[in-house]
Amino acid sequence: MLLSRRARSLLGVAMGLGLAFVYVPLLVVLVNSFNASQIFAWPPRSFTLRWWSQVWGNDGVRSAVLTSVQVGLVATAAAVVLGTLLAFALARHHFLGRQTLSVLVVLPIALPGIVTALALRTAFSTFLGVELSIWTVAVSHATFCMVVVYNNVIARLRRTGTTLEEASADLGANSFTTFRLVTFPQLRGALVAGALLAFGLSFDEIVVTLFTAPPGVTTLPIWIFQNLSRPNQAPVVNVVAAVLVVLSVVPIWLSQRLSGDSVTWGRM
Amino acid sequence: MRHTTLTSVLTAATVALLAAACGTSAGTGSGGASGSGAATRAKPAAMTPLASLGSGEGAVNILAWAGYAENGSTDRSVDWVTPFEKATGCKANVQVANTSDEMFEKMGTGTFDVVSASGDSSLRMVYAGKVAPVNTALLSNYADVPAFEKGRTWNSVDGVAYGMPHGWGAQLMAYRTDKVNPAPDSWSVVWDPSSPYKGKITSYDSPVDGIGAAAVYLMATKPELGIKNPYALDQKQLDAAIALLTAQKPAVGAYWASYTDAQKALESGSTVVGSTWQIIVNLAKADKAPVASVLPKEGATGWADTWMLDAKSPHPNCGYQWMNWATKPDVQAQIAEWFGEAPANPKACALTTDKSHCDTYHANDEAFFKKLWFWTTPQSDCVDGRTDTKCTAYADWSKAWSSLRS
Amino acid sequence: MTASTASRANRTRSLATRVSAALHRRPRLRLAALLALPATWLVVVYLLALFALLATAFLSVDEFTNAVTATLTTTNVSSVVTDPAYLRATGRTVGVAAAVTVLCAVIALPMAFFMAKLTGPRTRGVLVALVVTPLWASYLVKVYAWQAMVQPGSGVLDWALHPLGLSGPGYGLGAAVLTLTYLWLPYMVLPVYAGLERMPDSLLDASSDLGAGPWRTFRSVVLPLVYPSLVAGSVFTFSLSLGDYITVQILGGTTQLLGNIVFSNYAANLPFAAAVALVPVVVVVAYLALVRRTGALDQL
Repeated sequence: MLLSRRARSLLGVAMGLGLAFVYVPLLVVLVNSFNASQIFAWPPRSFTLRWWSQVWGNDGVRSAVLTSVQVGLVATAAAVVLGTLLAFALARHHFLGRQTLSVLVVLPIALPGIVTALALRTAFSTFLGVELSIWTVAVSHATFCMVVVYNNVIARLRRTGTTLEEASADLGANSFTTFRLVTFPQLRGALVAGALLAFGLSFDEIVVTLFTAPPGVTTLPIWIFQNLSRPNQAPVVNVVAAVLVVLSVVPIWLSQRLSGDSVTWGRM
Repeated sequence: MRHTTLTSVLTAATVALLAAACGTSAGTGSGGASGSGAATRAKPAAMTPLASLGSGEGAVNILAWAGYAENGSTDRSVDWVTPFEKATGCKANVQVANTSDEMFEKMGTGTFDVVSASGDSSLRMVYAGKVAPVNTALLSNYADVPAFEKGRTWNSVDGVAYGMPHGWGAQLMAYRTDKVNPAPDSWSVVWDPSSPYKGKITSYDSPVDGIGAAAVYLMATKPELGIKNPYALDQKQLDAAIALLTAQKPAVGAYWASYTDAQKALESGSTVVGSTWQIIVNLAKADKAPVASVLPKEGATGWADTWMLDAKSPHPNCGYQWMNWATKPDVQAQIAEWFGEAPANPKACALTTDKSHCDTYHANDEAFFKKLWFWTTPQSDCVDGRTDTKCTAYADWSKAWSSLRS
Repeated sequence: MTASTASRANRTRSLATRVSAALHRRPRLRLAALLALPATWLVVVYLLALFALLATAFLSVDEFTNAVTATLTTTNVSSVVTDPAYLRATGRTVGVAAAVTVLCAVIALPMAFFMAKLTGPRTRGVLVALVVTPLWASYLVKVYAWQAMVQPGSGVLDWALHPLGLSGPGYGLGAAVLTLTYLWLPYMVLPVYAGLERMPDSLLDASSDLGAGPWRTFRSVVLPLVYPSLVAGSVFTFSLSLGDYITVQILGGTTQLLGNIVFSNYAANLPFAAAVALVPVVVVVAYLALVRRTGALDQL
C-alpha cells in the first residue's frame, strides 16, 4: 500500500497511543492491588501482598461469584434457546411484524439500562405480582442476552442458507434429524460464540441487576459496587478487579477461535 | 391488512396503559393533590401490635443507618450483631441504607423486619401503613428512655407508639485540620460565596436535610424572613432557601449519600469541609486522616432515630428481640461511641469507654435536645403551628431539590 | 419400492417423522411454534412493562406516601420539557453522548486503519485481540480504574501532569466524558475495523495514482466508504452514553445526567422518573430510526 513514511509512522504512533489509552487504567488497577494505602493514593508509597492473601478467605467474594455464575448459566441457557428460536423464525419465514420483532429484540440492549431496569422491575412487582428473587434477575438477564445469541445465529443462518437442509430432507430425514445432523453442526460455532458473549454480558451486568435483585442476592458486580467505596473492603475488591482483568483474556480467545468472525464480538 | 401488526401493537399499548392505571394505583383515596394536610390525610390503618413475645423465627432482616448494626465487616473488632445471633438464635442480615428516602422505599413489603428510621421518613412510613405500632410492654428498655424522646411527632400518632427510640445527634461540620485554617465554628464557611474552599465543599444529598440546613443558616443570617422552624417554610421562605443552595452549588465538590464516599473524599482531600456524621470523622481518623468535626454556632439539623417494625414483617419476634438488644445499655454504649451519637438509653452512659461521652453528646440534656432541628417531614399544615399560611410540603421540597441537583 | 413395502414403510413412520411432515405442510404452524416462546417473552415481559413504565409518566403520586395513584396528569411531562434545569440536563446528556461518539470515532479511525491496512495477518489478529480484551474487563472495574486516574489530588493523572504544571480534570463532566469514551471505544473500533477490512486496497492505490495525497484520499475515498461503519459504532456509543448513570455517579462530581435524575427520583416519585426516562427513550428511538435509513444497522 502506498503511503508516505510519515503517514505510516503517524498512524503507528496513533495505534500506540490508542493501546496505551486502553491499557494504562487496567495497569493502574493491577498496581493498586498491591497498594498498601486503602484509598489508593497515587503513587503508591508502599506495596503489600496482604490483600491477595485476604481475598481467598473472603466469603463475600465466593458467594458473589457463585451467584453470578448461577445467574449467568440460567440466563445464557434461556437466551440460547429463545435467541435461536427467534433467529430461525426470522431467517426462514416472512410474516407481518418481522421487522417489528427484529427491532423489538434489540430494544432491551439498545435502550438505556436504567429504562430497561425500571421497566422490568415494574413488570415484576406491579404487573406480574412476583417477588424479586434470583429468578427475576436471571429472567431479566435473559431478556437482553437474547439479542447477542440471535444476532450470531441469524448471521450464520443467512450465510448457510437452506440448500443442505433441503438435500437432507430429499434424502428422507425428518426435520428433527436434519436439525440434529445438518443444521446444528453448522450453527455450533455461532451458538457457542453467542453463548459466551451472553454469559459475559450477564456476568458483568450491574444496572438491571441492581433493580431486579432482592437484598439477599448479591452478584459479583453488586458486591464490587457495594464494597469498592468501603475503605476497609476496597483493597480486596481491587484484587478481585485485577483478577477479572487478567481472566478476561480467556473468553475472547475462545470466542475468536470458535466463531472465526471478528465482528461478532461486540455487544450485538 | 398491512397494518394488523401496528394495530395489534397499539391495542397492546392501550391495554397496557389501562392496566398500568389500574394496577399501579395503591394509594389512599385522598392523595394526589399537593398540600394534603394532616387534617385531610387518612388516619394510618389500624393495626394490632404484637400481643406477646414468642420464640424467635431464626432470622431477622435489618435495614439500618451505617454503624448501627455492625457485624465485623467494617472492623473486625466492632461487632454486636454476632453476639446477638448467638444469644437469640436469630440470624441477622444487615443492609445499610444511605438516605431516608431509601429506607422509606424499602419498607412495607416484608423484605426487612426492622428499620432505624429518622424523623423525615418515620411519619411517612406510619401513614403509608409500612410500619406497625409497637407493644411497649414487650420492649424491655422502653421505660428507661427519657420522656422527652418518647411519644414525639415522629415516632407516635394519637398516642400510639410506633417504635423504640435508638439515639439522636446533630448533623455536624467536618473539616480537614491541615487544609482548613483557622478551625471553623460557623456554617458560613460552606455558604459564603467567597469561601476559600470553593470546589471542595461537601453536602449531604437529601432534600429534607439540605433545605433544612439552608433554612437554619437563614434563621441566623436573615431573621427578616421570619423562619421559626426550618421545616415549616412557606413558598417565599422555601424560595430563599433554594436561592441560597443554588448560589452554593458551584462551590460544592460533592454531594454525598453514602457515608463511605464522604469518608473517602475527606481522606483523599477532594472535599475538605462540609456536612457530616460523627462516624465518618471517626472512621477517617482511624485511617490516620487529619479530620475533625464541630457543631457550628448557628445550630444544626439533626436526627432522632427510632427502630420500627415492618407491617408485613415475617420475623416479628426476632424483630422485637433485635430492638431490645440494640437498646440495652452495653450495646447502646458501643453503638453510641462507634457512631458518635447520644444513646437513647441513659444507662449506657456509665458503660462507655470514654466516660465523658454522654456529656459531649448531651445525652441527658433535654434543653439541648429541644434546640436541635430534628429531621421532620415538611407538611402543608405548618409544623411550627402557623395557621395564617400554608407551608410547603415534602413533595415540593423533593421537586425543588431534584431541580437544584440537575 | 412395491406397494406393500411402501405401505409398511408408512405404518412404521415414527412420531417424529409424522410431526415433522405435518409441520412441513403447515408453515404457519411451524412459525407459531418457533415464535411462541420468544415472542411471548419479549412482548409480555419486556414490551408491556416498557409501555407500563412510560404510561406511568402520566399518573400522579400521593405525596405523603409515595404511592402511585390513578389520577391522570401531564405535570410530570410538562415539567420535564419546560423546567430549565431539566432542559439543561437533557442538553448536557445529549451533548455528552455526542462528544463521546466523536471522541471514540477520532481515536478509533487511525487505530482501525492501522490494523486493517498496515499490518500483516498475524499482527492484525493480535492487535484486534488486544483492543477487544478490555471489553470483557468488568464495567465497574474500568470505571473505578478511571476514578483512581482522575481522583483530585491523589490520582494518577494529577501525579503525571504535575511536572508539566497542569492538573488532571478532577471529578466532573470532563472525567465522565473521558471515562465513557474509554468504556465504549472497542464498540467503535470493531465495526470500523470490519468496514476498513472490507475496503479493497486497490481503491487507495488508485487514488494515489490519480495524484491525491493521503489526507485527500482519506477525505474522499476512505471516509465515505467507512461512514456506515462509523454510524454503526455510533449507535452503541450514543445510546450507551445517553442512559449511563453509574459512571457519572462515581466520578462526575455534582453533575447529573438524565440517568441520574431518573435514579434519584424513581423511588419517591415514579411518574416523574418515568417522564424523565421518556426523554432518552425518544432520543434513542429517533436515532435508531435515522440510522436504519443509512443501512448501518445491517453492518452490526
